[in-house]
Amino acid sequence: MGTSGSKPLAAGPGVELTAGGVSAMGYDLMLSVMRYASPTTVAEAVDLLGSEADARVYAGATDLIPQIRAGRPEPTVMVDLKRIERLCAISANGSTYTVGAATPTADICADPGLVAAFPGLVEASGLIGSDQIQSRSSWGGNLANASPAADTPPSLIVNEARAVIAGPGGERTVAAAEVATGPGQTSLAPGEILVEFELDQPPARTADAYLRLIPRTEMDIAVVGAAARVTLDADGNVTAAAIALGAVAPTVVRVPEAEAALIGNQPSGDALAAVEAAAAAATTPIDDKRGTVAYRRQVAGVLARRAVTIAAERARERGGQS
Amino acid sequence: MSRVHVTCTINGDPAEFLCDGGQTLLDALRDEVGLTGAKEGCGTGDCGACSIVMDGRLLCSCLVLAPEAEGTTISTVEGMASGDDLHPLQQCFLEGAALQCGVCTPGFLVAAKALLDRNPEPTETEIRYGLAGNLCRCTGYDKIVRAVQAAATQITATNES
Repeated sequence: MGTSGSKPLAAGPGVELTAGGVSAMGYDLMLSVMRYASPTTVAEAVDLLGSEADARVYAGATDLIPQIRAGRPEPTVMVDLKRIERLCAISANGSTYTVGAATPTADICADPGLVAAFPGLVEASGLIGSDQIQSRSSWGGNLANASPAADTPPSLIVNEARAVIAGPGGERTVAAAEVATGPGQTSLAPGEILVEFELDQPPARTADAYLRLIPRTEMDIAVVGAAARVTLDADGNVTAAAIALGAVAPTVVRVPEAEAALIGNQPSGDALAAVEAAAAAATTPIDDKRGTVAYRRQVAGVLARRAVTIAAERARERGGQS
Repeated sequence: MSRVHVTCTINGDPAEFLCDGGQTLLDALRDEVGLTGAKEGCGTGDCGACSIVMDGRLLCSCLVLAPEAEGTTISTVEGMASGDDLHPLQQCFLEGAALQCGVCTPGFLVAAKALLDRNPEPTETEIRYGLAGNLCRCTGYDKIVRAVQAAATQITATNES
């Protein structure tokens, strides 16, 4: 289906469509009044977003364009952030990694430093969509789209990622956990954008893992996602733990009871059983075509336990190296 | 609203076109440039029929706004053959009957080429994951996977000889 200007488009015998009409597939066609802007600095992007109420951030657009086609209100200006160098860069400075908010997840999965330091976060990044989508999907988009089932937010949260946000009032840094506030809702003020994420190099004997259940092997949305990160002492006892669940509540759920059950213990036996029970109890899932409440709750417990187990194995393998 | 003038490189040749700010790159390629190989199956990035390569990245052109193509280098299915010589993937798809209705085929060819460019000798599993972003409702995928395996073997043999 084409949408070139106001040119009528033949959609079959006796049917004519114009831009803005409804296509044979039932989508609203995109209007042609949208303007496209591609600033090269953060300041320019913030100015553009502040200049019109209906300006929208355009990064990978893998959620944005389908939403518009499904009938969401149409922006007047699309502000493409991908020509801003800072938004698409990966760098390591001392013990801190900085990842641009629009950096394609394909680049994240190919970065040896991130793969080594945050294997679970990289796994979560690689699970988003197909190779085609991997060229466009990003941590910033995944977080700001605020889908409860997004794959990377649980892993960003267990790794205590910080989000650098720019807006009309300058820049501020918040915990990544504070960005999404509900389905499709964020704490970003009008005119604010996610610029980059900061992650500290994990301490010694620390590693993360992410597991996701979907009904097929690729190209689906999480029924449940579970991220875990653990730090072990030289004897293999847990000294720090973080567990976060996706797709089982309006926002990512941290499970402090499960984390507390691990501290001071080997990540096995009773401690893991406590993790499973606490994770299941922490969920408030919905019933939908991908799973019932009871199923999601049970799977959340199982995935949390398995994610802790994998993270602990990795932490042991990593040994004293940070 | 004035239209946007875009200058880019398509299949090795300089190209320019006029588009609207809200027009997808898929629509611009088809309606403004006249390259109708890329198809719209879903319009939401699920089916891969609109797959192209832009600045070295495989992507769904239905999820890209056309003005974003300014200054980029684009490859489409139309650029795969060299004159009358089909690309080994195209030849193997034909010989292996890896298509029926053909709507998904340009996307599969572009995605399979991107896969082989990155990984010249993929396993069957790697092919199936690598092409998970392309849907085919006719073939059941087995013939497509075998055609990609055959093309990979052929390309590797040619490069080694």
